[in-house]
Amino acid sequence: MAKKVLVLAESRDGALRNVSFEAIAAAKEISGGGEVFAVLCGDSVQSLAAELIHYGADRVLTAEHEKLANYTPDGYFQTLKQIIDDESPEAIVFGHTSLGKDLSPRLAARLESGLISDVTGLEQAGENTVFTRPVYSGKAFEKKLISDGLVFVTIRPNNIAPLEKDESRSGDVTSVSVDIKDLRTIVKEVVRKASTGVDLAEAKIIVAGGRGVKSEDGFKPLQELADVLGAAVGASRGACDADYCDYSLQIGQTGKVVTPDLYIACGISGAIQHLAGMSNSKVIVAINKDPEASIFSVADYGIVGDLFEVVPLLTEEFKKVLV
Amino acid sequence: MNIYVILKRTFDTEEKISVSNNKISEDSAEFIINPYDEYAIEEAITLKDAHGGTVTVVTVGDEDSEKELRTALAMGADQAVLISNEDLDSQDQFTTSSVLAAYFKDKEYDIILGGNVAIDNGTGQVGPRLAELLDIPHVTTITKIEVNGTTVNIERDVEGDLEKIETSLPLLVTAQQGLNEPRYPSLPGIMKAKKKPLETLELDDLDIDEDDVEAKTKTVEVYLPPKKEAGKILSGETPDQVKELVSLLRNEAKVI
Ligand SMILES: Cc1cc2nc3c(=O)[nH]c(=O)nc-3n(C[C@H](O)[C@H](O)[C@H](O)COP(=O)(O)OP(=O)(O)OC[C@H]3O[C@@H](n4cnc5c(N)ncnc54)[C@H](O)[C@@H]3O)c2cc1C
Ligand SMILES: Cc1cc2nc3c(=O)[nH]c(=O)nc-3n(C[C@H](O)[C@H](O)[C@H](O)COP(=O)(O)OP(=O)(O)OC[C@H]3O[C@@H](n4cnc5c(N)ncnc54)[C@H](O)[C@@H]3O)c2cc1C
Repeated sequence: MAKKVLVLAESRDGALRNVSFEAIAAAKEISGGGEVFAVLCGDSVQSLAAELIHYGADRVLTAEHEKLANYTPDGYFQTLKQIIDDESPEAIVFGHTSLGKDLSPRLAARLESGLISDVTGLEQAGENTVFTRPVYSGKAFEKKLISDGLVFVTIRPNNIAPLEKDESRSGDVTSVSVDIKDLRTIVKEVVRKASTGVDLAEAKIIVAGGRGVKSEDGFKPLQELADVLGAAVGASRGACDADYCDYSLQIGQTGKVVTPDLYIACGISGAIQHLAGMSNSKVIVAINKDPEASIFSVADYGIVGDLFEVVPLLTEEFKKVLV
Repeated sequence: MNIYVILKRTFDTEEKISVSNNKISEDSAEFIINPYDEYAIEEAITLKDAHGGTVTVVTVGDEDSEKELRTALAMGADQAVLISNEDLDSQDQFTTSSVLAAYFKDKEYDIILGGNVAIDNGTGQVGPRLAELLDIPHVTTITKIEVNGTTVNIERDVEGDLEKIETSLPLLVTAQQGLNEPRYPSLPGIMKAKKKPLETLELDDLDIDEDDVEAKTKTVEVYLPPKKEAGKILSGETPDQVKELVSLLRNEAKVI
């Protein structure tokens, strides 16, 4: 049965986030040949709309309002609720991002609907779409569906492939005027800590350091390796707590959940809370001087040794082969 | 201040996990207070110390959850409520938040604290869902909170960035790691906890009809990931290991 599907697109630093394109691909599959429309909110987002169509959205609704400049649950809730009332979508897809996690449960509560969070895969089973999601810190998986009523899901970044970009695709972009009443939470200030550049959640290669890196300077060889590979640098909680790097680099249950093609863990022991954030990476390399470290239990390739010896050699070797 | 904490008893995911009958096996599993809820309890006690009032811990769970509630009382909460889920055939986040909302309907609350996510099911839905059902604002993943009268200033973690929020009571917040360091229950605390009030409620006591809170989502399968082949631990002189690794990543794994 063909469904009409709403996708909430997200932008950051004036550019759309990849997870929005992935959400469109998921929505296409859920729609079973129905219509996929994207919603884009902000104070000035009109210019981003066309790219959503190039990635497969049939049309785009833009909601521009000064009160949407920063995300607030109330501002976005009121906007989405108005659009949902007008459009009556049968399915909704958000990214499982900070924004998606914050907003989707609140909307689902109002819509009295189920919500399947943090989806990493989907497949059709008769009339239904069945969604896969990791549970128990990534140690197990479950398959879930919503057979009655609105199908509402959030998808984990970097797990569902976006559709091929096609700049010849066209579709309507409509601006909707929204009525936003009082905001009960006000954003006073946003202190940017995450470095601009590669978004960890969307990076294809990550070089991560743990307490074994020993100091802020200890991250330098990791950064050099990352530069050669075009990778992002991440960290364990241990490294953040020790002040070797900023918390914005933290990977794990509390930090970012990442699924790169290649994850290189340097001086990270592999606590379950860290594994919860990276164990689904396609290929994992562990560099640790302790052969018993749990990180080796999830690693595809391991080098037992001193990271300060191994990492610079690795950088040199990659330099040689990547020219 | 009327301070409430919503607490979940969770499976300790540091333990080994096995699946039987399409369910995660609970035999010989260790249960704990969801770690993020410990931050919520600690913050609740800190707020009470600063502003006075009572801290009530509420859970929806089976009778075994009394253990986690007693731990919260031993940390310093004043009273606990166990809403029994034993009459429910199915339970998802819609169910849990609806049951909690029925409990809070006739309560006076200034602030409700919860965890940002449960480490077993891990959706982070229950907090914001409950806030909507109670029609109060919510702020998730908080790392700092200051209450002055009814004005509340909060810092929250947004994918590594820090957002400063101003809002007001009544309010629901969810705790992120970094909010505080939860205390361990002291021995006198544990003794006192045994005598603190712990109320058990059935769904009937809250006028809940099971059918109205039936799960909206259905779990069709629970499984363990295919066992990963043991990784290759390289050997030999370090420079040779490095050369081999680069070649494996290019030619075998084909990720570079
Ligand atoms: C509620 C909760 C949430 C948490 N969330 C997260 C999270 O999101 N992310 C996270 O990472 N952690 C998280 N943690 C913390 C987690 O439990 C661990 O404490 C943390 O991951 C440890 O960091 P580490 O591996 O860097 O440090 P350690 O465990 O100290 O490991 C350091 C490793 O470096 C190795 N080493 C030392 N020197 C060298 C060298 N020269 N060369 C090579 N190897 C070397 C050592 O052998 C050791 O294995 C959380 C904990 C709790 C309770
Ligand atoms: C008999 C039984 C059957 C179940 N069947 C299903 C099922 O079919 N589908 C399914 O998805 N789940 C099922 N569950 C799991 C359960 O419904 C969920 O774990 C629960 O709804 C909480 O959701 P969550 O784990 O995603 O918590 P999150 O939303 O991640 O929790 C966030 C925070 O909300 C609060 N919170 C969460 N749960 C509770 C609670 N129970 N009491 C008080 N506060 C809480 C805590 O502060 C927690 O930190 C079942 C559980 C039981 C006992």
